[in-house]
Amino acid sequence: MTQTSELINALADKHGRNRENLLSVLQGVVRQEHYLSESTMVEIAREMDLPAAEVYGTATFYSFLEYKKMGQYVIRICKTITCSMKGKNQILLTIEDMLKIGVGETTPDRKFTVLQTNCLGWCHKAPAMLINDEVYTELTPEKVREILSEYLKK
Amino acid sequence: MAKEYNLKRADFIFRNENDWENILSRTLDKDSRELINELISSELKGRGGAGFPTGLKWKLTSEAEVAQKYVICNADEGEPGTFKDREILMKVPFKVLTAMAICGYITGATKGFIYLRGEYKFLQPDLQKVIDEFAYYCKEIGFDFSIEIFMGSGAYICGEETALMESMEGFRGEPRNKPPFPTNKGYMGMPTVINNVETLAHTYTIFKHGAKKFYDLGVQFSRGTKLFSVSGDTPKPGIYELELGMSLSDFVDEFGDGDTKAVQVGGASGFLVPRKRFGETSIGYKGKLTGISLPTGGSMMLFNSTRSMFNVLDNYLEFFREESCGQCTPCRVGCQQLHMGIKAVKQGQKPAVYLDKLLKLTETMQYTAKCGLGQSVANSFSSIVENFREEMIY
Repeated sequence: MTQTSELINALADKHGRNRENLLSVLQGVVRQEHYLSESTMVEIAREMDLPAAEVYGTATFYSFLEYKKMGQYVIRICKTITCSMKGKNQILLTIEDMLKIGVGETTPDRKFTVLQTNCLGWCHKAPAMLINDEVYTELTPEKVREILSEYLKK
Repeated sequence: MAKEYNLKRADFIFRNENDWENILSRTLDKDSRELINELISSELKGRGGAGFPTGLKWKLTSEAEVAQKYVICNADEGEPGTFKDREILMKVPFKVLTAMAICGYITGATKGFIYLRGEYKFLQPDLQKVIDEFAYYCKEIGFDFSIEIFMGSGAYICGEETALMESMEGFRGEPRNKPPFPTNKGYMGMPTVINNVETLAHTYTIFKHGAKKFYDLGVQFSRGTKLFSVSGDTPKPGIYELELGMSLSDFVDEFGDGDTKAVQVGGASGFLVPRKRFGETSIGYKGKLTGISLPTGGSMMLFNSTRSMFNVLDNYLEFFREESCGQCTPCRVGCQQLHMGIKAVKQGQKPAVYLDKLLKLTETMQYTAKCGLGQSVANSFSSIVENFREEMIY
């Protein structure tokens, strides 16, 4: 068995193989592999005895279940109204400048992907972003540079 | 004589929760019908924004005679400008768990879920610890109720209760037709109470202090207190607990920066109130006797005169366009057309009167969209376009 099928098997053992366990299994794969490839989704469908189209349809509905190859660290910058008003563009420019990639792109070393996302729920501490599950708020270009330098060292 | 309502601060929600064990065991000793009547007489309404009477919801679910029922805490806080539910789960999680367990006792549900939005994944480890401790106590007192966290994966629409259940059942988060309502057929087709995090926290206050204490706060039709998430152009952004029924001008006096041009009440799906209407607008559920009363899930976003209302609307529509589940045509196509439409007017590709066509379209969406998302796009769209028409054109 490949590494991915082992992972899917383990996740299905843990959460169950019923339809209501699908999201948990999908989330578990994304946690490990950062995205769901087509073959992964087919494999999940087989493991849970579901039509592959159902798995694909469900997975692609959710913005955090990526189906394109993602970097190890997914940066999601909030673009909703308050973050937008409080300098989101400056933050985005700083990140693009440091990583030399644009929104929706992944660095060649597959370490970072930059995305924009809808309201993260930190409007009172805008602008905000997520790096994987970690939240960063009240961002300034300087603060973002510091945060990213730390990640670059990892 | 009409009563004067000023801004009244309160402190119930975040007040200490160290007495949860006592509140839980004390409440579980009472008769469940008595508790429902207590909750109904408090006139607590859902704090997520829709405002359904909480006591009635619990009562309807309690009346169903089936083996399995569920309690769900809706923590899919996605409305732009709301961030209070996270704070509750971080600061007073035991209140929410206790309220869920009491709801289980009253309705006969033995299983509870917290649907936590994907963006709040970082909360999960701490929340799980609290749940484990809570489960230990329930076992100790011989009360059969368990709580599980279900993680969302980044979909605003899953805050809609039936979409949330679809999502929990492993499907795309597409809202269901109503009726049947969740109190009848909810999660896995079973009767389900689904409440917003804050609503549950308020029931804790009610079971602790009694319904009268809660009822005496606020105004007619809008009893009790509410958490407000204040953001935008304000010197003091943050979370505040206030009595319902306050006038918007009092609110702006307190939170504005002296140059407040408009306030968005209830997030992107709510209403934009321009300065000239601050005085006549109050914050509460529908049913106020005079003036305009606006409900809110707590989102209060202030805009000062440096902000372009076109940019604000453009941002909202991009949000709705992306977050529409795509299931029904009025919402899926409507949101796209509105977004393209205002840009076309701004760029001079369409005449100004095209805005009236778009307003007509929002009206159609209001009548024909399947769920609250598509229906409520009209709220912000019409209130912005009607009050700031010039900004849309020039």
